[in-house]
Amino acid sequence: MIESDFITINVGPQHPSTHGGLHAETVLDGEHIVDVKVHLGYVHRSVEKIAESRTYTQFIPYNSRLDYLATHLPAMGYCQAVEKLLGVTVPERAEYIRVIMAELSRIASHMLFIGSLAIDIGATTGLIYCFRDRERIMDMFEMTSGQRLIASYMRIGGIAEDLPEEFYPAVKSFLDDLPYMLDEYNNLLTGNEILQARLKNTGILPADKAIAYGVSGPNLRASGIAYDIRKAEPYSIYERFDFDVPIGSKGDNWDRFLMRIREIEESAKIIRQALQDLPEGEIRAKVPRIIKPEKGAEVYHRIESSKGELGFYIVSDGSEKPYRLHVRAPSFINLGVLPLISRGGKLQDLIANIATLDPVLGEADR
Amino acid sequence: MRGAETFFIDLARLIVTWLEKQGMSPLVADIVLLVIQFICIAAIVTVNIIILIWLERKISGFIQQRLGPNRLGPWGIFQTIADAIKLLTKEDIIPSQTDKIIFRTAPIVFIVISLMLYVVIPFGDGMAIVDLNMGVLYFISVGSLGTIALLMAGWGSNNKWSLLGAMRAVAQMISYEIPLAFSLLGVIMIAGSLKMSDIIAAQNNVWFVFLQPVAFITYFIAATAELNRGPFDMPEAEQELTAGAYTEYSGMRWALFFLAEYTNLFAVSAMAAVMFFGGWQGPWLPSWLWLPIKAYIIMLVFFWLKWTLPRIRMDHLMSFSWKVLIPVTLVNLVVTGCVLQFFK
Repeated sequence: MIESDFITINVGPQHPSTHGGLHAETVLDGEHIVDVKVHLGYVHRSVEKIAESRTYTQFIPYNSRLDYLATHLPAMGYCQAVEKLLGVTVPERAEYIRVIMAELSRIASHMLFIGSLAIDIGATTGLIYCFRDRERIMDMFEMTSGQRLIASYMRIGGIAEDLPEEFYPAVKSFLDDLPYMLDEYNNLLTGNEILQARLKNTGILPADKAIAYGVSGPNLRASGIAYDIRKAEPYSIYERFDFDVPIGSKGDNWDRFLMRIREIEESAKIIRQALQDLPEGEIRAKVPRIIKPEKGAEVYHRIESSKGELGFYIVSDGSEKPYRLHVRAPSFINLGVLPLISRGGKLQDLIANIATLDPVLGEADR
Repeated sequence: MRGAETFFIDLARLIVTWLEKQGMSPLVADIVLLVIQFICIAAIVTVNIIILIWLERKISGFIQQRLGPNRLGPWGIFQTIADAIKLLTKEDIIPSQTDKIIFRTAPIVFIVISLMLYVVIPFGDGMAIVDLNMGVLYFISVGSLGTIALLMAGWGSNNKWSLLGAMRAVAQMISYEIPLAFSLLGVIMIAGSLKMSDIIAAQNNVWFVFLQPVAFITYFIAATAELNRGPFDMPEAEQELTAGAYTEYSGMRWALFFLAEYTNLFAVSAMAAVMFFGGWQGPWLPSWLWLPIKAYIIMLVFFWLKWTLPRIRMDHLMSFSWKVLIPVTLVNLVVTGCVLQFFK
């Protein structure tokens, strides 16, 4: 008998496909994974602590730096949390514009998911296709807020500025082209035998485990549980829109991949409806210049971000700064299942697993 | 036209007669000619690689809807030369924990082996340096030596990523050696010879790709794996193994691996042209242009595959070789044998 030994390799923090500073200490038996330990904290910026020394308004731009791939979603979640704390009602038009922006962010994030999954499993061209199309969303963000990646467009009580004229044709042509873009992804990636062989039946996350680990978002729905906060506990004006919650069956990488493609379609549906119903009017509610919620007031507000349940817990001590702010980061909690779904698989599956869990390390480390 | 056709052969003959006139014995003159030929091959390979790398970058740019290199010279054709100069002038880093001798020799072994493949390739009518009796066998056996160089690189680097890459390389290349050889056997059976010139002559009327389509497909797949090119670029696999067997290499040592891969690419494509597409045979143009043209067309398909397909998983790769390719090539052999026996 040849004596063999396990080898421990460090996938990350400096590694081409760990989506930022993720460090997975992997014990390998040849190509087989015996164990994975995830080490986090390489992009820790103590955002929650910073919040305690910033006023409520000053903290808005920090949110976009949490999940920088879906820039408007965390900012929207934070602003809504503060509004809930203050009891402010946001004008109709602002709500609609917020929804449009949030869903565009979701599409951008999911497109990047598809692209980065493609490059992680070796299909370099898929990345370029997705980035090319995501670029158009970035252009729209630039039109509205002047910033492309980390736009600070949400404000407490509404949004910063009204939509510019050139935004409407841009978003319309984008939505018209979206089916063709998805066709291209499907032709290049979804229909590919190698990709299917690599994603199907790998990284299986059973529904009960997904619930036990607190997984949320597309990753949870891929396991077959139709839980979407936009439907389960509608915030903003989501109850007015007609859209489906796609669910998977098995919870493998393939389901998680398909989930993103189908969610892009659903998001596009929502944007179409929102654009159609977009009312005229105010874009920001009257909010005091210095925000001072009453002493001891606390709030938890959660939204369906592109990664899962993104929650903001804010406690006020009556001053203009939050006493404590906590972010329930879906990326962080979703990463918890990485060892579970990777054990027993191959090293190459680990890369696919990281990609399909879609963590944004800026959000996971905060 | 006739002059163009035999230009290189006439040149070689001219050199030999000139050397003999200077008072050299015919044997010495032949040896000198061989040395000149080897130098020519090295030069051709280098120039060819410069074109190939540029072409691959341009084509990948085209596939990915970007421009590719476009700054140096028209269409960026000098980009590879600039890169080569950069690589040559880079600091030569040898990590302290490596096995120095193995680490240093691995790239040299790899490039030497890939250059050795060119000895038997018939670049034109009567233009193989050595037209061996068992040219195909030589090609396959020398080609499989490349595994050793990758294993040396992976082991000598004393790095776990490199070792994993080397491990994959050995498993993959040994598994794909077999279907590669088997798929060529069908051609050899029809031609009745292992000699390259005989095989080309046997394709006077019809290319073997039409007689042996299955063999061509299996050869092509096995060759992709043999070349470590996408979708079978396991040993390098930059998204998984950072750079696999080449992780610790930098500067010109790394570039040697890179060069060797492209050298192999041309050799394998030229071999495909010889075995399945009638080698240097073709109308109008001189024979020494036809082989590169055919090889380049085959290489374009290699590029196309690499830039479109995701990387296959290691265990799928192995089971594909043992469970699909080898049985298919074996069946192909049996069918070819039966047809030859009963219809001749």
